[in-house]
Amino acid sequence: MFVYVLQRLLILVVTLAFASIVIFGVLEVLPGDAAQTMLGASATPESVAALAHKLGLDQPFATRYAEWVGGAVRGDLGLSYAYGSPIGPLIWERITVSGPLALLTMAIASAVALTAGVYSAERRGRTGDAAVMAASQFGLAVPNFWFGIVLVLIFAVHWRLFPAGGFPGWSNPWLALKALFLPALALGLVQAAILTRVTRSALLEALNEDFMRTARAKGLSRRAALWRHALPNALPPILTIMGLQFANLVAGAVVVENVFVLPGLGRLIVQSIANRDVLVVEDCVMGLAAFVIALNVLVDLAAAAIDPRLRAGAA
Amino acid sequence: MTLALSAKRSRAGASLRLGALLVALLVGAAALSLVWTPYPPAAMDIPNKLLAPSFAHWLGTDALGRDVASQILAGARVSLLVGVIAVGIGLGFGVALGLLAATAQGFIEDAIMKFCDFTFAFPALLMAILLTATYGPGVINAILAIGIANVPIFAKLTRSAANGVLAREFAMAARASGRGPFAIAFEHVLPNIAPPLIVQATIQFAIAILAEAALSYLGLGAQPPLASWGRMLADAQAWMYVAPRLAIFPGLAVALSVLGLNLLGDGLRDALDPRLRARR
Amino acid sequence: MLLDIEGLSIDLPTPYGGCRVVRDVSFSLRAGQSLGVVGESGSGKTMTALALMGLLPDGAVVSGALRFEGRDLAPLGEAEMQMLRGDRIAMIFQEPMTALNPLHRIGAQVAEPLILHRGLSKAAAWAQAVKLLGHVRLRDPERIARAYPFALSGGERQRAMIAMALSCGPKLIIADEPTTALDVTVQAKILDLLAMLGAESEMAMLLVSHDLAVIARHCRRVLVMYGGAVMEEGPVEAVLGQTLHPYTRALMEARPTLGAPRGERLRAIPGAAPSGPSEPKGCAFADRCPLALEACRAEPPPPLRLPDGHSVRCIRVDAEGRLT
Repeated sequence: MFVYVLQRLLILVVTLAFASIVIFGVLEVLPGDAAQTMLGASATPESVAALAHKLGLDQPFATRYAEWVGGAVRGDLGLSYAYGSPIGPLIWERITVSGPLALLTMAIASAVALTAGVYSAERRGRTGDAAVMAASQFGLAVPNFWFGIVLVLIFAVHWRLFPAGGFPGWSNPWLALKALFLPALALGLVQAAILTRVTRSALLEALNEDFMRTARAKGLSRRAALWRHALPNALPPILTIMGLQFANLVAGAVVVENVFVLPGLGRLIVQSIANRDVLVVEDCVMGLAAFVIALNVLVDLAAAAIDPRLRAGAA
Repeated sequence: MTLALSAKRSRAGASLRLGALLVALLVGAAALSLVWTPYPPAAMDIPNKLLAPSFAHWLGTDALGRDVASQILAGARVSLLVGVIAVGIGLGFGVALGLLAATAQGFIEDAIMKFCDFTFAFPALLMAILLTATYGPGVINAILAIGIANVPIFAKLTRSAANGVLAREFAMAARASGRGPFAIAFEHVLPNIAPPLIVQATIQFAIAILAEAALSYLGLGAQPPLASWGRMLADAQAWMYVAPRLAIFPGLAVALSVLGLNLLGDGLRDALDPRLRARR
Repeated sequence: MLLDIEGLSIDLPTPYGGCRVVRDVSFSLRAGQSLGVVGESGSGKTMTALALMGLLPDGAVVSGALRFEGRDLAPLGEAEMQMLRGDRIAMIFQEPMTALNPLHRIGAQVAEPLILHRGLSKAAAWAQAVKLLGHVRLRDPERIARAYPFALSGGERQRAMIAMALSCGPKLIIADEPTTALDVTVQAKILDLLAMLGAESEMAMLLVSHDLAVIARHCRRVLVMYGGAVMEEGPVEAVLGQTLHPYTRALMEARPTLGAPRGERLRAIPGAAPSGPSEPKGCAFADRCPLALEACRAEPPPPLRLPDGHSVRCIRVDAEGRLT
């Protein structure tokens, strides 16, 4: 297990390095002049040159990249052009909203998916199964931002149970959670739909395996055999899909945060794009990519913790 | 076993029919909008703004007096366009890359697949946002971004399906008879990997429509006067308390289109399943 | 009498209606006895075994009496069957590769019935499991118990399965093709192990196999099945020695033998075994039997009882084994 962990960590570092180069490259190798774009067409050449020099844009790619990475490692993420303040704390503030949102979303989606997936697999071919499958089709088709708007219409406008948007800060955790609940539902719908289908099919495969018959022959009830033997075998593929889905979760959060006017990372990115605040966008995207990549490594480790064959490289 | 298969077949048939119907509606709406819409989609009529559905305006009007029904029809055009071109890009480059990986094998195959895995950390939407931020908002950039995001998906699928085909005997026979790799790829591999590619194409089409809607919602996709369901939703949000119905129709349009494509994909997957086919 | 099956018939659901896969099977088994059930695929032998465990597929209809320790199992509910399974009746299966859960350690899997039926603590059950693994002649049982299934060979896995089946000291063990998936050298060892274990604990064994040699070596009595029905039953020496029933004779003749002249063809049984909905009114073997008459197809032949518990179901054979 230890060797496996080390291997995965090494791959993680390499992947992160590669990702950082790609992100930096895409954003820095802009057509035309970044400084020019920021100041607008009417700016004088001198002011453009001055800004370019101030931002270090007249230096070669490698130097700029090294400075960026070096700064990040030191904890200095640079200054936001639009806000004029250090980016580090800015991003951290946003993470305190986006992070819990992502966790809440995954928690809700997983709970729904596990219940619905097991329910569906147990009743394979019968009405219950068909109903769950139809519901999941619906969940896959509905755009998350539209679902968010509909949720607001029902639960915030019509019945004033939840806020229609905004975030009151963590000083009152209950209010903060209420503010995150509808957004988490909106984001979670599609995740729940996908995970339900994956849970169902992974479980059906596991239920078909020979060791299930052995378990029954030992005197285990159908239910006990499902939970103790089938489900653990179904978990690794489910976890893998969950990990892959996190990237989509992040993308979805960008939009949903706009629907609910949440001061999260997603909104920061969109606003910074509008403000042409390139450094912020770079740092945010890099952070998100790092998060997704790291999460997938965690998922791999979790799967290896469950399935001994993965640890030994024998599977 | 037979019982399960025949049930599966009838479910597949229903999926296929319903999906095909919904997709036909989408295509029909787009095609119709090219020659006729109740009103010009971009025509503003401020005195008649925020009207409820009526005989004159079937789905009502929005905050600028534009006819909602006409916008929905015209929005179908953008959704279809984005879907077709983005999937086209994905298929074109993805299949080529996948075939290259499968035939070249070894280090090249590994490198290509690792690269594809890596890009999965960047969802289409994020890439699209980056690109439109850099190069400006608009339909073209949105299409390009979504298209590029599709390439690794089709590449991975092509490579694994192609590997399966290449391992089968008729492919080996072709190689033994001296056919070159390109000929084998076109004559033998492509026809056999077409079914999973077709199914995946419908799925990616649906994803493209969702991505375009999200981009337009954020203001980064199709720009006015081009009608787009996503942007209609963004506009509708401002008027949520006054005219909530404005938010329903564009979202419904997206949902039905995506549902139709997903059902079509499911139905096609079952219809093209060799196990079920053999029973006929 | 430990096990007394009377008139067992099993119908499985198909889209075309019920299909009778086992028809009117009767046999009995005493404590400590070993009975082999031999037949081709589709003969109904596995279904019969599964019926004893109550593990038939959903929708299966069972008729007849399945008396175990005097109690009819057929009307019992799932909860009651669960108490018997793994405790009084145990079963081992054909594929040791896939019959064990790949995610649990061997020790845990062997210990599971003990925790379930005897209420032992995890630690106590684990200790007992290690002992059981030693009992089935596994070397270094501690290491085996801590290992996962993928690290073991086929023979080791099957021994672990046997240990698991024996854990609660069942009165009856059903072995469904336990050695078919194993190497020939390992097969003999496993079967010897089963015989030894049976002998020392008065445990009855029902050995299901298509392999005559396996049955001949390790069972005292044999049941010959074809097309869901019993063809012949009795002591192994009598049944396989006298080969009264045409099917039994055909089975014996179909075996390759050492010392046969070169170039001689193997005697296969012409035709194919029935699979799927075929409901012959008479003897199930009539379609492939070289001695079949019209009367054979009219109704199932009654059992002809011979000394020593030997019975044959064929109207063409008499008590002396002569053709009628």
